[in-house]
Amino acid sequence: MLDELVADCVRHFAPSQVITDHAQLRTYECDGLASYRCTPGLVILASSTADVAFVVRRCAELGVPFIARGSGTGLSGGALPRTDGVLIVMSRMDRIVSVNVDDERAVVEPGVINAHLTRASAPLGYYYAPDPSSQQVCSLGGNVAENSGGAHCLKYGFTAHHVTGLEVVLPDGTVERLGGAAPDPVGYDVIGAVVGSEGTLCVVTEATVRLMRRPQAVQTVLAGFRTIDDAGAAVSAIIAAGVLPAAIELMDALAIEAAEAAVHPGYPAGAGAVMVAELDGPDCEVVAQLADLERLCTDAGAFEIRVAADDVERALIWKGRKSAFAAVGRISPDYIVQDGVIPRTALSDVLRAIDDLAAEAGVRVANVFHAGDGNLHPLVLFDESAGETERAEEVSSRIIELCLAHGGSITGEHGVGHDKKVHMGKMFNEIDLDVMQLVRCAFDPDNICNPGKIFPTPRLCGERPGRTRGVHPLAEAGIADVF
Amino acid sequence: MSSNVAAPDSIGELSRVMADAASQRHAIGVRGFGSKAGWAAAGDPVDVTVDTQRLDRIVEHAAGDLVVTAQAGVPLAVLQEQLAPARQWLGLDPPEAGATVGGVVATAASGPRRLLFGTPRELLIGITVVLADGTIAHSGGKVVKNVAGYDLGKLFTGSFGTLGVIAQCTFRLHPLQPVRRVVTAATDDPASVAERVFATGAVPSALEWDGAALTAVFESIESAADTQSAEAAAAIGGEVGDALPAGFGERPAGPVLLKLTHRLGALREVLALVASHATVSAHVGSGVVWVGAEDLGDLAALREAVAAHGGSVVVVGAPAEAKREVDVWGPVRGLPVMRRIKEQFDPDRRMSPGRFVGGI
Repeated sequence: MLDELVADCVRHFAPSQVITDHAQLRTYECDGLASYRCTPGLVILASSTADVAFVVRRCAELGVPFIARGSGTGLSGGALPRTDGVLIVMSRMDRIVSVNVDDERAVVEPGVINAHLTRASAPLGYYYAPDPSSQQVCSLGGNVAENSGGAHCLKYGFTAHHVTGLEVVLPDGTVERLGGAAPDPVGYDVIGAVVGSEGTLCVVTEATVRLMRRPQAVQTVLAGFRTIDDAGAAVSAIIAAGVLPAAIELMDALAIEAAEAAVHPGYPAGAGAVMVAELDGPDCEVVAQLADLERLCTDAGAFEIRVAADDVERALIWKGRKSAFAAVGRISPDYIVQDGVIPRTALSDVLRAIDDLAAEAGVRVANVFHAGDGNLHPLVLFDESAGETERAEEVSSRIIELCLAHGGSITGEHGVGHDKKVHMGKMFNEIDLDVMQLVRCAFDPDNICNPGKIFPTPRLCGERPGRTRGVHPLAEAGIADVF
Repeated sequence: MSSNVAAPDSIGELSRVMADAASQRHAIGVRGFGSKAGWAAAGDPVDVTVDTQRLDRIVEHAAGDLVVTAQAGVPLAVLQEQLAPARQWLGLDPPEAGATVGGVVATAASGPRRLLFGTPRELLIGITVVLADGTIAHSGGKVVKNVAGYDLGKLFTGSFGTLGVIAQCTFRLHPLQPVRRVVTAATDDPASVAERVFATGAVPSALEWDGAALTAVFESIESAADTQSAEAAAAIGGEVGDALPAGFGERPAGPVLLKLTHRLGALREVLALVASHATVSAHVGSGVVWVGAEDLGDLAALREAVAAHGGSVVVVGAPAEAKREVDVWGPVRGLPVMRRIKEQFDPDRRMSPGRFVGGI
């Protein structure tokens, strides 16, 4: 089957769009999560919707799996290829089709880099709000697939809140338009189902996204605390006071050490934790909230507070935070990035428990997190050459279980992909997962669109979830109301 | 359309009601308080109507996490009352009195403050649903940030009871701001006036036009609400007050009620299309215009004209007879996919049959 597809594609596409050479194929063997690798059977560099539709239609006819890939920065193996499948690379579809500030919308091809859209809108006084840390390289198509967040989603929401229209190629090769520039498209919220579906429902070939007005004022605050508990208490106090910053980020001592080694942000010396908080909005509101925030930090034990005086200082404060993942490479040969979520109020308990887990296993864990919304990124540091891999993976896995035990989630923004499907059954019961897969069956009954991702057990379309099981066990036990 | 009414008081009981209806191949309708029962298409007759009003428990309000879980039948107003002592609220303000949480989600109802807080899809973070055969399923969770699994919540939002019954919802909350200031200015060109408000750098929580005047609402700490409202008032020549005008955010009077959407930049053109109608209101800056009229007029022509501005015209309210004669939803993008979704969730087409797009 794959051979026939290769022959078709070689006939149909320009040679520069088709990769069949094994050495070249290997450069696509993983995404941002390099611990899983698989050489794709074929790579197509798509340059138009018609290209994507052609490949997908032939895949449907031949029963060949296909996987769409943007910049390849994903951290869950969501774009992990298959040897028996084709990888459709979207990077060449990188045109910003239109920027219309009267409509507060931009139309983009999926390969457009996230930061490029903000750059294109900035001269007009607008920006694109979702800002994943990888925004200098990640693609908007990938952001749509993963429902990407970023530091500022605390106030402005995730990718799903910023997409109003899509053009997609369905797994049978047909092209559909969903929504557009106007709000509230008529019918089911299909866009809502597609955004965050990790490329398992269709391939996005164009997106209409919201642009936002640049806020009148932005203030970025860096606060140094003696302990992570003090910093956590400051976050709780800020939220309790009714202040909604655009972002509140925390880094612990080990993460600070790594950031200093890598990008020298000059964080307060001797800090056991730093908070990076950003306020934005009208001048009058930001001025008042800044005073509140400084007071609340001081009350919680901040020993040094700096407010960025200009964009250069602001960029430096953020640089330490946004480069944190890569920075731990300076203090550890290997590391695992985790992406659990907990209710914000459980922060201290969970961090203490992570400390205990790390100490018990004899590995170090650096903590970087979006504290405002409880999204933790513990970085489990280890040395593969010293045989620590298994221990580190065990700690990483137990951190996820810890998040679930506190009512949280296995992933806040990186996605389930290939990496976390083993955890899905801990967060959802079998019936929940079967019902979710009804959505998949509606789009992809033959299971050829990025198969093997998200769900631990694929189901055959046509089976009814729960039907053979009678009444739901939770209902039977009278505890169905337990969420 | 007389039918038996079942009013389960637990999700387990709801599941049994649905399983029982399934065994008899009964068609099922769903209602909460019924404030929007006349929305959507009239649909086919049903055998059983599930009334969610006894699912009236606020399951958990995690104030420190700004999250609440409520059963579908909890009235939105009651929920807001319960949240207020913690200085929090659910950022939804559809005007229909008595509306339940489940009904607001099932109809994707929104009001003026959608400008700042969005619509149900932006605030719903977890959902429990019961399918036509009694299957209970969950998606999302009770943390704001969560991308594990498909988002059934978004799919059920605005699905008008055609995929299953919404049994329980978890929402993210917002802090209730201490001070409100309201600026009102008479105008027949709300687009220009709104632009002058935005030009001051202000961030209003609502910009509502009632056909005669634009009301800009500022909710913040006192100094910021004062400054923003004073600057806005100076920019648009309006008056600053504390109280919302009477009837703020209410839908225009019918009997026919149309919801128009449009590209944000086309508000002026869309208002010109409906200038001759009896009553018009607009969520300015959100791309939504509501029209109240005596009759449907030339719906096809209006739809064509609005489509040129990127939007749609939905017949929300109309006398039953008129509703039967028109396609209340109009053209729909992605209808084949929607049919397949319906086919998967409700293969026997027993959930609120005929009420949704394309006869779903």
